[in-house]
Amino acid sequence: MLDKLALYLEYPFVRYALIVGVLIALCSSLLGVTLVLKRFSFIGDGLSHVAFGAMSIAAVLNLTNDMMLVLPITIISAILLLRTGQNAKIKGDAAIAMISVGALAFGYLIMNIFSTSSNLSGDVCSTLFGSTSILTLTQKEVWLCTVLSIAVVIIFFLFYNKIFAVTFDENFSKATGTNANAYNLLIAIVIAVIIVLAMNLVGSLLISALVIFPALSAMRLFRNFRAVTICSAVLSVICAFLGIIISILAGTPVGSTIVAVDVAAFAVCYIAGMIMGGVRK
Amino acid sequence: MALLTIQNLSLGYDSHAIVENLNFSVNTGDYLCIVGENGSGKTTLMKTLLHLQEPVSGQILIGDRLKKNEIGYLPQQTIVQKDFPASVREIVLSGCQGRCGLRPFYNKNEKQLAEDNMERMGISALRNRCYRELSGGQQQRVLLARALCATRKVLLLDEPVSGLDPKATAEMYSLIADLNHEGITIIMISHDIAAAVRYASHILHIGTTVFYGTRDEYMESDAGKFFLMQQKGGEA
Repeated sequence: MLDKLALYLEYPFVRYALIVGVLIALCSSLLGVTLVLKRFSFIGDGLSHVAFGAMSIAAVLNLTNDMMLVLPITIISAILLLRTGQNAKIKGDAAIAMISVGALAFGYLIMNIFSTSSNLSGDVCSTLFGSTSILTLTQKEVWLCTVLSIAVVIIFFLFYNKIFAVTFDENFSKATGTNANAYNLLIAIVIAVIIVLAMNLVGSLLISALVIFPALSAMRLFRNFRAVTICSAVLSVICAFLGIIISILAGTPVGSTIVAVDVAAFAVCYIAGMIMGGVRK
Repeated sequence: MALLTIQNLSLGYDSHAIVENLNFSVNTGDYLCIVGENGSGKTTLMKTLLHLQEPVSGQILIGDRLKKNEIGYLPQQTIVQKDFPASVREIVLSGCQGRCGLRPFYNKNEKQLAEDNMERMGISALRNRCYRELSGGQQQRVLLARALCATRKVLLLDEPVSGLDPKATAEMYSLIADLNHEGITIIMISHDIAAAVRYASHILHIGTTVFYGTRDEYMESDAGKFFLMQQKGGEA
């Protein structure tokens, strides 16, 4: 089996997939904790559907570089969703559901009416489930992804304390002179960038899993914010790595394999959390 | 000049005023209680004082070299906080965030300030405990310690004893009274008129009738007499 693995690692596309997969898993898990706590667990799903809608527009317009359209549209949607925060008229979950379902329907509609491709359901399926696109990355895309991931990690590290304060109590932060709106904006932009990145890896439908599973698993085990954040990042990286290796060896789809590993890790953490809780009491 | 002077203030949502033409002032060392029925605009007033929302009309003047962000705030608990995985120390330290500006990390002074305030609230032993596992009274102390990290001058408290048992309520009131004796100005929203007239130096009553004055004046006023009687009747 190790021989088989070594053989596959000779190929550059397998190495690219591993690098990009691990980086995206790291980025998405960092903000996952904040999103879960802010009751925005489904934002990954919602925004990825927006990105799907934007991609179908780009496909119809025959844009060569669809990132130019997808990224701005997703960022604007993320800002609209997160900006209003605790004081929104339409609350988080309803707003996300609206945008998510609306964008999905419009995307499919546009593809159906204007599509030039002969394999429509195949196109839709690969956009939603990510199918093999992580195995077809070019060197340029790997570099882009690496640079953006490093930027995300640095931003998160520098603004860690501010993100904590704003997540725990937005009104208190505002009242005592922290510019909470600016940090909410920053969080929204970073999330949009991560989601557009992650669509390459697992596809629209499975992005939520990358965002929420590591965070929820870590929250079973730890009781303070820093430990939860670190644990979720480590778990996410391990799961993504294992998931990609397994999918290569067993020939399963990459995205769903990673999520399956994430689910398994959550189950382990849940049981471990119960046992630890029992001991503590 | 007074610490806070409120002139012809009208408050509400979407330019629809709930309370009109409020006039009062808060001086350094005062203990002001804001009382009134549910929906009379107490929390809206507090949010306006904290600049979380714009007044419909009128103005809030800040004096005594008080900066806008030197007001400590003890909010009512939100749902988000009920299952938030954070240690007591992390939360108290986050009260120093307003001092940081763009600096990414807390410095030594701020960490010391957090330690001192945990000591002051008697929660140093809980510093590594998880916030959501504490009792209601302990949680309020944590939030009070955080508010003290943000201010040395004024504290705004939004129903600090709601949901606490009688013992924790009494402890909370005496903590707040101690802070007031140390020179911190207290502005508190309360349902509990009995406690308000016991501890406060000034009372602001908003609702169908508006009253502002010292505690003794309130006891003599029609609004005060009526409200006190009503609450006694309700409890009997």
